[in-house]
Amino acid sequence: MSKLSLKTFTMLQTATSVGLSVLAWVVTGVRPIWNGSLPSDRQRIYFANHTSHGDFILLSACLSEKERAITHAVAAGEYWGKSRLRRFIAEDMLSSVLINRQWTRPEENPIEIMLSVLDQGHSLILFPEGTRNMTDQPLLAFRSGLYNLSMARPQVELIPCWIENMSRVLPKGQFLPVPLLCRVVFGAPVTVAPGEERRAFLDRAHTTLLALNPRPERDD
Amino acid sequence: MRHDISILIIGLLAVLTTASIVAAILCARAPKPLSSTLVNLTQRINAWWVMVALMTVAFFFGRYGMTILFALISFAALREFVTLTHTSRSDHWVLLGMFGIIIPFQYWLVWTAWYGLFVIFIPVYCFLLMPAITALHGDTERFLERIAAQQWAVMISVYCVSHVPALLTLDVPGFEGRNLLLIAFLIIVVQGSDVLQYIFGKLLGKHRFSPTVSPSKTWEGLIGGLVSASLLGALLSFVTPFSPLQAACVAFVACSMGFLGGLVASAIKRDQGVKDWGHLIEGHGGMMDRTDSLVFAAPIFFHIVRYFWTV
Repeated sequence: MSKLSLKTFTMLQTATSVGLSVLAWVVTGVRPIWNGSLPSDRQRIYFANHTSHGDFILLSACLSEKERAITHAVAAGEYWGKSRLRRFIAEDMLSSVLINRQWTRPEENPIEIMLSVLDQGHSLILFPEGTRNMTDQPLLAFRSGLYNLSMARPQVELIPCWIENMSRVLPKGQFLPVPLLCRVVFGAPVTVAPGEERRAFLDRAHTTLLALNPRPERDD
Repeated sequence: MRHDISILIIGLLAVLTTASIVAAILCARAPKPLSSTLVNLTQRINAWWVMVALMTVAFFFGRYGMTILFALISFAALREFVTLTHTSRSDHWVLLGMFGIIIPFQYWLVWTAWYGLFVIFIPVYCFLLMPAITALHGDTERFLERIAAQQWAVMISVYCVSHVPALLTLDVPGFEGRNLLLIAFLIIVVQGSDVLQYIFGKLLGKHRFSPTVSPSKTWEGLIGGLVSASLLGALLSFVTPFSPLQAACVAFVACSMGFLGGLVASAIKRDQGVKDWGHLIEGHGGMMDRTDSLVFAAPIFFHIVRYFWTV
């Protein structure tokens, strides 16, 4: 991580996380809808639809201060690791976990990196579509990470989270958000059934997440 | 004015305290678990406490407080309105302008009492320029629907709402320095009429007013609410430049407009397939659910006072 002293580091992260949560509330009035799961400090992987850079801010604004401190968003290393400033924002201020989708060296293996975070007892925010969805489809096909993580650490709960309206608040290529009301719907945990195939599980998780959208016709 | 305000505040506190006590007794007697009506009633009363507290604080900050409070109310209402309607990616800059330019500019006009521009800025300039910007973006899909929704959003949540603090800019002879009381009068009779319509409707309501738009509105609620709110207006005439009879008439017109505002808001919600505008206030839904009647009443009340009572 960084060369900052531990105390400054923690203060910076707390200040950023509180500041961003307040900002998220001012702009979007964000409100969690617990529809099948409840707030808990259990170790979890929150997996959500991904349309904007603001997604994980909205999701973590719905968590308690205590949960937020141990919950890390998984972000693309190709983008956030590109410059020192981006890396500082992603890793030091937002305490994200950076992974490279095109990796070569074994220490870059995304699954290993995410598992090492889980093994510290921390939680993850994961966007299984693998990239921001810029298409007209509501949700892209899932990549395998979710399945691999769940097989490796079956005790960690997988919570589907539908983030509403963010594609309208911050559309592609814009950086000024339009204030619109957003909700985050947290669904019931998904688990890999005994003997379930990778693709079958991923499709089922995909359907479960899509079904949480409270106003499907609105996401146009 | 100090004296009048004290009486108003004591009156409001007495009404709210009575309401809280009645609700507590009803809840204590009712079988557990409580019915959703009782839970909602308690939530509504609690929200009223918060709203009255906020209004009181804004009152003591005078013109600053009122202008800022209603600008924030416009922000919340506009956010709910735009969220509910169809927008496209190419509307981004128009939407940003609605929040970032139109709200601040309209309230600046209120603040500087620039009446001439205040009344035409949105209905003339924004009305023409917003669709022009949308057309320049070249996206014609559902064009009329999108620009109509944008127009309505700013008219309702910014233009109409801004007429409440604009009451402070009127020069009523013999009423100098007491204009805040006009705001208090308007809000108390219009919101009071909402509550009275609700109570009369719950107690006596039989004949639906408009089953297709709003099943909860009844003729009994409407008549009982309007008559009692007009009486309330007459009772409050001591804080206004009106005689008791004039106050009753003005209250009647304002509350009738308020009723129609609620009806229109219900029709919009029904059309968009939602029950509430948003989730800002526990038990009340969103900001627009609380202000729909005020929104329709404010401009009419403003112009009645301006036409008949200012020089």
